[in-house]
Amino acid sequence: MTAVLVSREYKTISNVAGPLIFISNAKHVSYDEIVRIYLPNGEERSGRVLEISRDIAVVQVFEGTTGIDNRSTRVAFTGRPLMMKLSPDILGRTFNGIGKPRDGGPDIIEEMEVDVNGMPINPVARDKPEDFIQTGMSAIDGLNTLVRGQKLPIFSGAGLPANKLAAQIGRQARVLGEGEQFSVVFAAMGITFREASFFTRSFEKSGALGRVVFFMNLTDDPTIERLTTPRCALTVAEYLAYSLNHHVLVILTDMINYCEALREISTAREEVPGRRGYPGYMYTDLSTIYERAGKIKGKRGSITQIPILTMPDDDITHPVPDLTGYITEGQIVLSRDLFRRGGDPPIDVLPCLSRLMNSGIGEGKTREDHRNVADQLYASYAYGRDLRRLVAIVGEEALTELDRKYLKLADEFEKTFISQADENRGIERTLEIGWNLLAMLPEEELKRIDVGYIEKYHPGYQEA
Amino acid sequence: MIVTTGNISRISGPVVTAEGLRGSMMYEVVRVGTDALFGEIIRLDKDEAVIQVYEDTSGLMVGEKVESTGTQFSVALGPGLLSSIYDGIQRPLPTLFKMSGDFISRGVFPPGLDLSRKWSFTPAVSVGDTVKEGDLIGFVPEFHIEHRIMVPPSVSGKIKEIYEGDFSVTDPICTLDDGTCIAMMQLWPARKPRPYQKKMDPDTLLITGQRIFDCMFPVAKGGTAMIPGGFGTGKTVAEQTLAKWSDTQIVVYIGCGERGNEMTDVLYEFPELIDPRTGLPLIERTVLIANTSNMPVAAREASIYTGITIAEYYRDMGYDVALMADSTSRWGEALREISGRLEEMPGEEGYPAYLATRLAAFYERAGRVVCYGDDERIGSITIIGAVSPPGGDFSEPITQNTLRVAGTFWALDTALAYRRHFPSVNWIKSYSLYLESLEDWYGKEVAEDWKDLREEAIYLLQKEVELQEIVQLVGPDALPDSEKLILEISRMIREDFLQQSAFHEIDSFCSLDKQYWMLKVILSFHEIAKRAMNRGIGIDSIMQLPVKRSIGRMKELRNAEMVKGHIDTIASDFTSLMEED
Repeated sequence: MTAVLVSREYKTISNVAGPLIFISNAKHVSYDEIVRIYLPNGEERSGRVLEISRDIAVVQVFEGTTGIDNRSTRVAFTGRPLMMKLSPDILGRTFNGIGKPRDGGPDIIEEMEVDVNGMPINPVARDKPEDFIQTGMSAIDGLNTLVRGQKLPIFSGAGLPANKLAAQIGRQARVLGEGEQFSVVFAAMGITFREASFFTRSFEKSGALGRVVFFMNLTDDPTIERLTTPRCALTVAEYLAYSLNHHVLVILTDMINYCEALREISTAREEVPGRRGYPGYMYTDLSTIYERAGKIKGKRGSITQIPILTMPDDDITHPVPDLTGYITEGQIVLSRDLFRRGGDPPIDVLPCLSRLMNSGIGEGKTREDHRNVADQLYASYAYGRDLRRLVAIVGEEALTELDRKYLKLADEFEKTFISQADENRGIERTLEIGWNLLAMLPEEELKRIDVGYIEKYHPGYQEA
Repeated sequence: MIVTTGNISRISGPVVTAEGLRGSMMYEVVRVGTDALFGEIIRLDKDEAVIQVYEDTSGLMVGEKVESTGTQFSVALGPGLLSSIYDGIQRPLPTLFKMSGDFISRGVFPPGLDLSRKWSFTPAVSVGDTVKEGDLIGFVPEFHIEHRIMVPPSVSGKIKEIYEGDFSVTDPICTLDDGTCIAMMQLWPARKPRPYQKKMDPDTLLITGQRIFDCMFPVAKGGTAMIPGGFGTGKTVAEQTLAKWSDTQIVVYIGCGERGNEMTDVLYEFPELIDPRTGLPLIERTVLIANTSNMPVAAREASIYTGITIAEYYRDMGYDVALMADSTSRWGEALREISGRLEEMPGEEGYPAYLATRLAAFYERAGRVVCYGDDERIGSITIIGAVSPPGGDFSEPITQNTLRVAGTFWALDTALAYRRHFPSVNWIKSYSLYLESLEDWYGKEVAEDWKDLREEAIYLLQKEVELQEIVQLVGPDALPDSEKLILEISRMIREDFLQQSAFHEIDSFCSLDKQYWMLKVILSFHEIAKRAMNRGIGIDSIMQLPVKRSIGRMKELRNAEMVKGHIDTIASDFTSLMEED
């Protein structure tokens, strides 16, 4: 990029539309650079170049366009994209959506300054994520294992306790037998003060505040800054992971608000809308956030992402959860039905998935029978759930004896395996509960389990 | 070749407009800006050219220069393709890694083939021979593959000189009497299909070692298949499984707009996996193209053309090639994104109106063909495209347009995936149009009664769906024993036959012979059980037979003979059951 040292100022705003301003006759403007906007009342704002042609530059204003006029507002082009200042002092600090401190503390004295857009990791440079992270939650550890460098979103519904789950993971997550540097980057996009302070308190309680970097864009902050919030947060995460060798957990909440901000900009630019008015490039845009999770060969740190998103009307086929699911390596889905019946956490394991599970489990990582136990629990629980529908019509008496066992297993599975409230369960305990459930079935039903493991771990054999 | 220089007049994401490029042609490669970013002209309008840029355009300025190159986007073809990993525009990723580190930076263009490496060339023709396009002039060993060096398309003449020995891919190895020099490397424009003599009907099965594919919904070598499915239904696992076990000499795997960690997985796994047929590492027959979702969107659009051109090159040597594209939906979305930036009138769901044409043109590059060359070699390309329909809804444009051109349809089912039935191919919705043309092949290579077995199994599975509806209304006790038996047998077909673990040491690949006997065993069990029931034996005691349990473990058996042994066990188990009675 050509660095232009002399800053150029223009007073030629021709239109203002929503969050966008159009500047005519601007020269030497570069695509994606940051502009400073000086309002007549002395206020200063910033913005980003979205499109340029010979006559006009389109700029997206971060803090909103209220008060901008098309006569005396001045616009200065900086010649640089949005940069984030980085140094080890960022730990424990709170920033706004464009990376400025919002905790009243001093500016960061930078060790380096980095473009927040990041660059795609060369697939050849990626290291295979395979370190098991124990979250202490059976539904995750046992059935949808999280590994370092994975991106695993939580699909929630309005009113469901996704935050509680994310905070619990943030508190309990650890890698077995290791004591390496661990930090959390928390990016809030359009969530309420109440939700944000829930997280702050939760980190405070666990004594982890000094290892957390907060990026806060709350409901009353400018919508448009939601587009840069995750990018600033991930830039910090990359710095912590690849320069300071930390294992970083990034929590992004709530992605639906991010996507709505994206839609707002797209509409203001009069672009052809895709599904439900979201822009056609939303998949690509989301991928530039999610794909920043991972591990790099030769670097000790890693970035694990847990984005949270609220499915509008609990609809998993809505474009935001849909596209997210196509990019992330699995998903954890919360269920309203289970929540009503007292599930805590109310994780519906059937639509859940962890694509990287296989590389993080097994002998030497968790236990040799892990894969088999998980598959068998899944198959048996799914069958038991199907039977519930049948029972509603024909009654439990009409079932065969075997089917009644499956039905019982499904109930017990939800009560003892999924529900655990604040308990922090080790993986051995999780598998033990799993085996106790499977022991409710006749042994020949356990087709997914290797005969050797049955003899070694089945409670029936243990007693004998 | 006219090289012209213009200036940028407008920038919008990956689309840049330049003035002063009159005389440039459509799809000509241009270098954009001071960083010389790689771009391609996609529209000409008087003095203006609209360019899609294959790299991130941040920092570009209006007024920066744009240089045309006079050439179209071409793929370098020659020895050294196998085991390579490229981005969408054939930049070797390991070289990029050496040049620019962990992250992909801009304006760096290493050549697609290693120009310094020497290959040992053995001529197959001699001075004075007359050759024409497609004729073999020599061989180079590339891993275990015999890399055949061909006379490039539209070149012919009498051989003046030909050399033997070690050469780089650009060294001349042969000259013709009209002065034409032939090197091992050819350049071919990616968007143009490579020529062949004629197309033939596909009549050979693409063996995949997967029971649901080989036995139920087969694809022929030279055919096309599509795998649509919502997220989490196992598209990528299916594509990777096919890339591992398909019985072709060459595999081209395109990761088009998908996850970075998935490509890492392939990169870690393929060098260690052994091809069950050759005993050599799988990576030695594989070309990988990785344009992950966060890499530039225009390069994603190009990636499938880069891949198919490489596949055609090996097809022209007379090899069978399998091409996996994961996922063609991301390719379609790239088209849509570019089209939106061009402000074209949108068709269905914002996709451009030419989506169907482009998709069909891509799938048409599959096929079994007689190649150019006097030895009338036969080569084939099988395309297996994954489709990611939004919300798992198959009525969307990419699924529907692909359905028109694909010969085999493997419908992945979210409900099956939820209960961890993998591969989650729905046996009611899926179909294969190759059954008839493969019938002879099955009869000859597997068994005469294959067709009957398959029809019987499909019938039982279909019957199960109907019976399940009744069960949902009145409960299972209302069914007569004969129908309860059908439910049990179809459950065996589903669980003990169709379900197959891609990660199990033995079960991940199942030979055709073993597949045949597994199905045969389950269906014989049905036959004998029916007979036993006619003689008054209850279904409960039949289901308690020890052989039933051992049928559930057939998958884990190493060879077909051991599976076949079950036929006798069934007979003896039933005999003793009837004697007890």
